[in-house]
Amino acid sequence: MADMTASTPDTTRRKGDTTLGHIVYVLRDNPVTMLAFAMLAFFLGCAFFGPALVPYDPLATNAARALEAPSWDHWFGTDNLGRDVFSRVIVATRLDLTISVAAVALSFVIGSILGSIAGYWGGWLDAVLNRCLDTIMAFPLFVLAMGVVAALGNTVENIIYATAIINIPFYARLVRAEVNIRRHSGFAQAAKLAGNSDLRVLAVHIFPNSLPPMMVQVSLNLGWAILNAAGLSFIGLGVAPPTPEWGIMVAEGANFIVSGEWWLAVFPGLWLMLAVFTFNLLGDGLRDIVDPRKRT
Amino acid sequence: MLSIKDLSVAFKTRKGEVNAVRGISLDVAKGKTLGIVGESGSGKSVTSYALMRILDAGGEIRTGEVVYGGIDLRAASERDMRDIRGREISMIFQNPRAALNPIRRVGHQVEDVLIRHAQATRQDAKAKAIAALEAVKINDAVARYDAYPFELSGGMCQRIVIAIALACKPQLLIADEPTTGLDITTQKAVMDLVGELARERGMGMILITHDLGLASQYCDRIVVMKDGLIVEEGDPQKLFTDPQHAYTRKLVDATPRVGASIRNLLPPETRTAEPAHKVHDRPLLEVRDLVKTYPGKSGPVQAVKSISFQIKSGQSLGLVGESGSGKSTTSEMVVRLQDPTSGNILFDGQDIAATPSARFMRHPMRGEIQMVFQDATDSLNPRGTAASAIAEPLARIARMRGSKLNARVAELAELVGLPQPLLSRFPHQLSGGQKARVGIARAIALEPKLLILDEPTAALDVSIQAIVLNLLVDLRAQMGMSYLFVSHDLNVVRLLCDEVLVMKHGEIVDRGPTAAVMNNPSHEYTRSLIEAAPQPPNPVAA
Repeated sequence: MADMTASTPDTTRRKGDTTLGHIVYVLRDNPVTMLAFAMLAFFLGCAFFGPALVPYDPLATNAARALEAPSWDHWFGTDNLGRDVFSRVIVATRLDLTISVAAVALSFVIGSILGSIAGYWGGWLDAVLNRCLDTIMAFPLFVLAMGVVAALGNTVENIIYATAIINIPFYARLVRAEVNIRRHSGFAQAAKLAGNSDLRVLAVHIFPNSLPPMMVQVSLNLGWAILNAAGLSFIGLGVAPPTPEWGIMVAEGANFIVSGEWWLAVFPGLWLMLAVFTFNLLGDGLRDIVDPRKRT
Repeated sequence: MLSIKDLSVAFKTRKGEVNAVRGISLDVAKGKTLGIVGESGSGKSVTSYALMRILDAGGEIRTGEVVYGGIDLRAASERDMRDIRGREISMIFQNPRAALNPIRRVGHQVEDVLIRHAQATRQDAKAKAIAALEAVKINDAVARYDAYPFELSGGMCQRIVIAIALACKPQLLIADEPTTGLDITTQKAVMDLVGELARERGMGMILITHDLGLASQYCDRIVVMKDGLIVEEGDPQKLFTDPQHAYTRKLVDATPRVGASIRNLLPPETRTAEPAHKVHDRPLLEVRDLVKTYPGKSGPVQAVKSISFQIKSGQSLGLVGESGSGKSTTSEMVVRLQDPTSGNILFDGQDIAATPSARFMRHPMRGEIQMVFQDATDSLNPRGTAASAIAEPLARIARMRGSKLNARVAELAELVGLPQPLLSRFPHQLSGGQKARVGIARAIALEPKLLILDEPTAALDVSIQAIVLNLLVDLRAQMGMSYLFVSHDLNVVRLLCDEVLVMKHGEIVDRGPTAAVMNNPSHEYTRSLIEAAPQPPNPVAA
């Protein structure tokens, strides 16, 4: 540091310099992150290949083998119609992940745009947007989601929209704060001198700097969105039977717990819990990956 | 009174162990002031943290002993240390705003330390706190007692910090860069105050600073540190006139002072002849009756009150003033980041103030006026590499692409002396001086006619400052640019500028050729600025 004129013996590119190298470094550095990514890979595998790999058709009924306890034939047992619970749990992964990823992506995009605008230009725009978001947050969020689905109809798309709407305020506020503290920073000013329009300064220079905290929010939110979708299905708003979905399966299985057939509700519930757990663990790792300052 | 023997401190980091202090010994006598001078990373602050035993996590005293008045501070229990801190040994920190709790009234913060050390009871704490505030010459201490830190100026906050440090009448005061970030007149006031209080109370003091000039003025003895070692120790006068160690000589040379030219700041062996720059008669920039008014809580605030000046083609103009003088607002209006309330800015005869700043990025003159920002760290996008920062104006304004762009970026890096391998680094992987070079390369990428320099060296060590200032002089001669050099430091302005403007409260109070203004200030304010600057003893010509 003392002498900048001397050539630094740093001509070789170090391992952490490439994006892939950095990801490997982050994963190695923190075993929890490694575990989270491994579990994520498992869930993604289930989502992509699950339907092709499961031993039974998730919709095929078999009245002769209804309500059987877990066994080598049926790892998670069978339900009241004789369907294989294990197959249904695995096949449901795709639908549940789709709902949560789509909903989070939607609220991420909309929230980022609204928050960036509010944070960068401020003034009346900021005030109006903030009050709108406050209005959304004034509702009990789950009740709001119920209302949206009930009003728009029981479809997968509507569950996605409802979940997205109730999440928008969190993203918008986070982005607003992150953009706001950087809007007069030196690098934003320098970018203007370099011929960037306000919009470009915002989109290319300021917004990406809010990604690290956003990634934490995204991963927590993914887990939360899965719970939300399952919750909606649980109370009968959302995915309709017989489609395999964790929320419905827990709801249907709940009726049988009193009579001792615990596996109907426990296994989908366990999967739901593991999925949420995975996403919650993922946050720190994702943040470290998108933060260039971790590349030392 | 305090004696440190063979102290070494190490920090555990992700990349292994770092030896911040590697075996230093020093003594502080009662009533004497010891200066520890060094650049960033020299271990001077770590030394003081170690003796107060407030090292960051991961830091550890490895060897050596620290004895204060017969007590071994290294062996003392945490409980004893708590009694010693504030009562026996006190500390003033670098950033006074960060050292004060923002949500508590300053008076209460003074009371805290008094009550903690049983110097006051709940009943008389307020009176004693006010007395402590008065001791540091705070006007209207009774009213200030109820103020929050954000309501006070930087200099006032530093006085509060001093009041807290001195409230319990400690025997030893450690001042860690107490005036960094303060205006030059405030710096003088604060340093004079600390010196006077130390004399009055017979207090020992350790002054930690990167400014050799400042240390020479207020210290009885100076130790110079580099890379965790003491390289030289001695009497300030002697250190300046006859530095023994090469590093001390480099520091002495790099300290701006009266009578030194800009090349004198560099070590003798790297000095070359100062290139001449040509000043044409044609005015490049003409500012007429520029006014900037902000809407304020209690009526509009006039930041800039109708100022006019011009810069000739090839000329360097210094704009000097303290914080709040309107110099930054003026430079931001000239570089078209802000719109003036009224007035004209003629650049090459064209009124560029007529185009609003929000649309100026498409103006054909955008590439002609560029700026180097004050804080190099803040002015680089943390997510972009050095190369991407330099390439930005080339890609956006000059529409360069591909290999041509890369070649130009490499050429600019060469021009500012930035080693090529560093181009792929992110800002946090670069040192302060390297970041300053990236900022300069970006600003000169389009070969602007006018470059605005907003305190480009304020955050840099003196030796780096010397290199960067000389780089600017070379670039000016090479590219024929005009400079508008904004600074609070007259000693630096003098080195670089042909003419100088002195601003105060939004008005120009003094102007003229630099030598005339410096040697013969016509305005009282200019005189106070010149007097406030530390005057290091002149070294013997090397």
